[in-house]
Amino acid sequence: MTDFLQLFFSGLATGSIYALAALGFTLLWQASGTINFAQGEFVMLPAFMMLAFISLGAPMLVSFVMATLLAVLLLGWVFKRGVVDPLFKYGMMPIVVATIGLSIALRNGVRAGYSAEAHPFPSLFADKLFNIAGVTITLQDVGTFALAMIIVLATQAFLAKTVTGRAMQAVAQNTESASVLGINVPRMIFYTFAINAVLAVAAAMLVTPTYLAKFDMGEGLGTKAFFAAIIGGFNNSRGALLGGLIVGVCENLASAYISPAYKDAVALVIFMVVILFKPQGLLGKKEERKV
Amino acid sequence: MKLAENKFALALGVLATLLVLVVPQFLKNYGIYLLTYWLVFIIATMGLNLTVGYAGQKSLGHAAFFGIGAYTVAILMKAGVSFWLGLPAAALICFAVGLVLGFPALRVQAIYLAFATLGFNTAVWLVMRNEEWLTGGTFGINNIARPSLFGYSLEGNLAYYYFVLAVTVLMASLLWGLLRSPWGKAFTALRDNPIRAESLGINIRNYTLLSFAIGAAYAGIAGALFASLVQFIEPGPFAVAASIMLYLMVVVGGAGYFLGPVVGAAVGVVLPEWLRDVPLVSNWYLPMFGAAVVLLMVWLPDGLLSIPDRIRSKRAAREASQARAAAAGRIGAAS
Repeated sequence: MTDFLQLFFSGLATGSIYALAALGFTLLWQASGTINFAQGEFVMLPAFMMLAFISLGAPMLVSFVMATLLAVLLLGWVFKRGVVDPLFKYGMMPIVVATIGLSIALRNGVRAGYSAEAHPFPSLFADKLFNIAGVTITLQDVGTFALAMIIVLATQAFLAKTVTGRAMQAVAQNTESASVLGINVPRMIFYTFAINAVLAVAAAMLVTPTYLAKFDMGEGLGTKAFFAAIIGGFNNSRGALLGGLIVGVCENLASAYISPAYKDAVALVIFMVVILFKPQGLLGKKEERKV
Repeated sequence: MKLAENKFALALGVLATLLVLVVPQFLKNYGIYLLTYWLVFIIATMGLNLTVGYAGQKSLGHAAFFGIGAYTVAILMKAGVSFWLGLPAAALICFAVGLVLGFPALRVQAIYLAFATLGFNTAVWLVMRNEEWLTGGTFGINNIARPSLFGYSLEGNLAYYYFVLAVTVLMASLLWGLLRSPWGKAFTALRDNPIRAESLGINIRNYTLLSFAIGAAYAGIAGALFASLVQFIEPGPFAVAASIMLYLMVVVGGAGYFLGPVVGAAVGVVLPEWLRDVPLVSNWYLPMFGAAVVLLMVWLPDGLLSIPDRIRSKRAAREASQARAAAAGRIGAAS
């Protein structure tokens, strides 16, 4: 039982990082119909940005802020203007192909231009263990989980409570009516891209201490974020959180009790079951097929 | 103009035939190997082009079939079965697995399907890597022999090249015939408007499944030829990244263009393999390729082979506007 709890809690920590990436995924999809295949690379790139700032002597917090600004510019604005806007009129698949190309370019660009090795990354949290009723939990796991939850819940509060957030939701639900109501649609869509970039930087800061900064670290992360988003429900931003946690926990349990070699298949199996029986996801609303 | 174009196409065809038949005679071993490699990937990409380009099913798991074909032949040949039984077995097994993979495609479409097939690829890759008793795990299977045909050994690179060339031509002719048949029309109808196709009496379910199964069988045959070509297989070339590359090859060449795979395979696997030993280029090939895909999508979303079409439609538009201007001039003069 203590084993189980221990695995459960460290799974929650991993799952909350999946949830961060998955939330960005869902927001982009809702606001602009963009499926971002480079989502994993959007986490990898800020990790290297932060490493660069740290190696220049900046403290962790400063490099986080600098990386966030840079990411909002590059992964938010440039990505939107350069890739998504010109392709938007052709429908979904050209954007998917373009982001696949982007992910290959970013991943191998970092490999060729910087390094193919894994780089250690400083952790926000001290190396400390808690022992609660026989269950050992690391501060790293608790901190990661808590911080990721705060960020996810803050994003949701922003979307639900502020005027800008509600305007963004209006754009996601019905672009035309939103524009009739005087909402600046392009600006709201840009905000979504910016939030996605910020979430990616946060995910990078939390995941890289365990995964290490490596050019291909985004490969698994992006796919799992997508699986998590679908499992939770693609048209519901709470779904990303639920899906991320489910994938993280199940993966951890399966690798301990079933087989570590098949750990990466767990997200896939849950995903298959969900899309076969409830294609709209656990929390999603059903969408009718349009003629 | 039409006649001139046909003549041009004919000349190009004759030239291409001469090239593929004669040039290998003058190439060194590595050159012949590269050409064979190209042909193998043309077969694999042709299958994916049927699934993706003609039938419109977004499959990101094609490398799994390529791998299943390769492992089928390798495992059977290690067990002492002849290549000539292994090759059809590879095609049949892939056909059957493709049929099964088609079922999720009936429930989900577009991006969901892309991820379902991608997940399938991960699962197959995990089996190849972990089930050592069957696949040799990460060590793979080596010393896969090349077959001999009617007592004539295909061991040499040149002989094997001509054999793969013959298979490629055969598979291309089959695909050509299929696409000209009512089946081919049904596939494109399925891609362009599934609901309309259904209301016209096309059995969407069967054609979706078939497009997967036939595409998979092509990949299986390509995989079988691949195993015998490189003579050593391990899980690496059949991972998700390979599927994504195959998909990009179809799109870059031009999805739904019959010759798209020829161009796509050249850009996707032959060029990087050829440039592998050029130090600066080999590192930067993939980043450049990725960036090129992004630019291609922005400027030419229908792929490289859509360039002639695009020029033609531009010319037609210009001629039409000239004709309009001339007609307007005449009307102006008459009044």
